[in-house]
Order: sequence, then structure tokens, then C-alpha cells
Amino acid sequence: MGIIELRDVSLSFDEHPILQHLSIDFWEEHIHAVVGPNGAGKSTLAHTIMGLPDYRQHSGDILYDGKSIKHLSVDQRAKQGITLAWQEPARFHGISVEEFIQRAAGKGGGARTVESSLELVGLDPDRYMARDVDATLSGGERKRIELASIVAMEPRVVLMDEPDSGVDIDAIQSIFEVLGKLKQRGTTVIMITHSGEVLKRADHAFLLCSGALVDKGTVDQLSSYFERKCVPCTHKNVPDEEVLL
Amino acid sequence: MSDKTALDRLLATINMHRHSFEEGTAHVEIHGNQVLNTVLVEGLHVESRETASGVDVNILVEAGARIDKPVYFCFGMLENGLQHIRMRVHFQEKAKARFISHCSFAAASEVEHLMDAEIQLDAGAEYSYFERHIHSEQGGIRVVPKAKVTLAEESRFATEFELIKGRVGEIDIDYEAYCGDHSVLELLSRISGRGDDRIKIREAGFLNGKYSRGVLTSHIAVRDSARAEIYNELQATAEGAAGHVDCNEIVQNQAQAKAIPIVDVRHPKAHVTHEAAIGSVDSKQLQTLMSRGLSEEEAVEMIIQGLLRK
Repeated sequence: MGIIELRDVSLSFDEHPILQHLSIDFWEEHIHAVVGPNGAGKSTLAHTIMGLPDYRQHSGDILYDGKSIKHLSVDQRAKQGITLAWQEPARFHGISVEEFIQRAAGKGGGARTVESSLELVGLDPDRYMARDVDATLSGGERKRIELASIVAMEPRVVLMDEPDSGVDIDAIQSIFEVLGKLKQRGTTVIMITHSGEVLKRADHAFLLCSGALVDKGTVDQLSSYFERKCVPCTHKNVPDEEVLL
Repeated sequence: MSDKTALDRLLATINMHRHSFEEGTAHVEIHGNQVLNTVLVEGLHVESRETASGVDVNILVEAGARIDKPVYFCFGMLENGLQHIRMRVHFQEKAKARFISHCSFAAASEVEHLMDAEIQLDAGAEYSYFERHIHSEQGGIRVVPKAKVTLAEESRFATEFELIKGRVGEIDIDYEAYCGDHSVLELLSRISGRGDDRIKIREAGFLNGKYSRGVLTSHIAVRDSARAEIYNELQATAEGAAGHVDCNEIVQNQAQAKAIPIVDVRHPKAHVTHEAAIGSVDSKQLQTLMSRGLSEEEAVEMIIQGLLRK
């Protein structure tokens, strides 16, 4: 039994199927990767598990600890321990890094929690606590601050949409280290990625194509899809034949 | 009511008292048409004359005077009525000061507060003015501040208007600034309206001097059936003049907001930009906070308070 279980989940926008009959178990305390080409439905899957408003009209069911969360709102799911890190984190005018992390930590989150969360993601609290989470921070800095807020929240499940997007090599190393620490604390991580490098950091992987589950298995098994540019997948997102050969 | 009692009560509405001020800090308190208290420092001259409905105030900051500590003003009314302030402010050459003004109508429910200001900054002067309004929860306050600002070469004028506690009632701001060579103008408004509040802001900057610069910023949040109309105008007529207009409004419930930026460039080497964002709370911001466990109401409030912060 997984901590998150998808049971025949399908989702369409304007009658266009985005997710098709997905049944997936995400095991507890593992780092999972959901891989696939652009348009495969990976981010949609993350948004659907998080229960974002435009992604609630799916069929099938999503179970968390064996109980359906289909009818729970985003904040209700978050209060139960599920959270999401965006591919491009939001900017907040007038909200300091300290306040942003503190609110994620909830009532138990004091200054020490904020500081230790920032230190864990490799940011100096003295330099960042008072700054706003706005456009004055680089994309990589905001990504780390978002991760710090997740560390402070102590969730049971983290959905990470493209963790390496917009960050430099040092930042991505730091993010991977934090994901490892989250796993040690008992957190389940679900990474959405189309990067072979990110895939290597996972314990287990799922391959999506055109919203359908094509394969699942070890990282080594799924890596071959990257190396062979999706061969032998026969779905429509496969690159042109001449590219494959 | 004695002057001392009125002073104590007025300062209490802004969580201050007579002994709040550090030694060497200038401050002036005006209640209705009474000047209750005037404490000045070297280089600062304030002359006031009580009129039937308010006070005429002349403020002079001497040439070269650099007043390090902020100068505090408190205008207010403890009872209903009209307060009309006519103010002339003159910063002589290279004078520098920061004024912090509290306008408190927290204890009254029907007040009309009119402010007509003429502000003159001589060459190299620097004037920073922060105005915080504290209104009652009833919403019967009408505030009409008008200012004409003249900036000589290399002078700087920065003003910030804040009304985020209590009900706006009705506010009609009209500021005009004329900018000389290499001068810098910054106008910022942060206002939160609810109930049937009415907010109208007109801010106009005329960048007539070479390499003059201006930024007009409005951050407004309206909810319930409140209305906001923001008219920001920047006209650049000289070489190197540059400016930016930024209007950001969050609209909730049945509230309505309009932003009408006017960007008028009359010189090929001048440049003015504008951006306006009006609408509900940004969905990504909202969902990010909700995915950290905040309820929708908590997340909206946090985003609005952030917008209204400096």
C-alpha cells in the first residue's frame, strides 16, 4: 500500500484527455520520480494530487493513507501533510522570507525553525530573513526559500515540480541534499522531471506519456528511456521516427 | 477640554504620549483649529495661525539645515466637524528633513479633513514625507488632500500615503509635482478600502527638467462594495527625463477598481513606462500559501497585507 494511491484517475480539459486511467502507488519514505516528455501530464499529476482548483474534476480516486482525499481542498490536504513545490515559485510583494517560512511552519514555527530551515537549504539566515520573497531574489534563491518553507512545514509528502528548473549546479546539489534529508525524516518525495540527472536521485520511477502510465520500475530501468529518446514507447509524444533511429 | 487633555487624547489615538518624543525631536500637534503644541529644532521654523475651520501653517527648513531626526506632525479631530489645513512648506537650498505625519480621526465618525499644500523645494533640497491616516471603523471620514509640489534642480521629494487601518470613508487625493533638472520625485499610496468606501487618487508628475526622474506607485486593496479610481499621470518633456507608473490593485467581493495611467512623452530622449495589475489575488500566490496549510481567508489576508506594506 502506498502513502498516496491513485485509483483509475482520469482528467480532461475541454474534452482533451490529460490524465488517462492512472493507477499508481507512491510508497512511503521513498523518493519517486515521475518522468516523461513535455506534455506527458507530469505537472498535471502533481497539481491533481495537491487538489489545485482547476484539477479537482477528475474521475477515479486519490487515497492518502488509505482514505480518499478527492473532496479535500488544497489547504485541507496540506494540513494532512501534503505539499507542493512549484516549478517557478511565486513572488510575494511585502512578505518577508521569515514570515513566509514561519507561516508554513504553523504555530510551532519560531525564529529558530526559520533559521535552521534556511541553513538546511544553504542560505544564510542573516542575509535572507528580512528580505521579501519577491523579484529581487533570483529564481534559484526563491526555489531554495520555497524548499525551506517545506522543510519548516515538516510534511509527509512533497510534490516537487521540476526541482532543477532555473537553478545553477550548486543550488541543485543543495536541493538534492535536502531531499535526501527529508527522506531520512520519513518524508515521501515525488519529483516531477524530464531530466535524467534528477531521475538518478530517485529510488523508484514512473514513466508517463500522453497522460498514461507507460512503465514503472527502478531508476536504471527507466533511464533507458532517456538514453534511447523514449524508444520503444509508441505514444504520440515520441519524437519523429528519424530522430529516434 | 484643556489643551493638555486634548493633546493627551489626540496622541493616545496614535499610541503615543507627550513623553514619547526623544529629546531634540521636533513635533507639532494640531487638533481641529487649535495648535496644541509646537516643539522645534534648529533650522526648522513653523508658524501657524488658527482659522475658523482649521489652521494655516508655514514651514521653513533653512538652507543647508540637515535635520537628522524625523519631524512629527499630528493632525486630528476628537469630535465630528471640519478641519481645513492650509500648508506652505519651503525647503531652502540643500535643506534636508523627514516629516512623519499622523492624521487621526479614530475617535470621530463624521469628519471632513481638507489639506491644501504648496511645497517648494529649492536646489539640492531633500524632503521625505510619510503620512499615516488612522480612521474610525464607522466610515464617515472624508479626506481631501491636495498638494502642488515644485522641485528645483537636483532636489528630491518622496511622499508616502498610508491608510490601512480603520475605514477609508471617502478619500480624494490630488497631487501635482513639477520637476526641475536632475530632480527626483517619488509618490506612493497604500490604501485599503472596504464597506462602501470610495477612493480616488490623482497623482501627476511633470518631468520638465533634464534628467528628472519620477515614480508613481499605488497599491490599493478594495473589498465588499468599495470603489477605487486611480489616475496616474507622468509627462516627460525634457532630454533624459525618465519615469515609471506602477498601479497594483486587489479586488475582492463586489468591489470595483479602475486604473487610468497617462504616459505622455514629448521628447525623443525621454522614457516613461507603466504597469498595472488589477484583479483578484494572484492564484499562484494563493495556492502556494494554501499548500502550506493556510486557509483561503488567511492566505488572501496575508497577500493583501503584503501588498499594502511598504
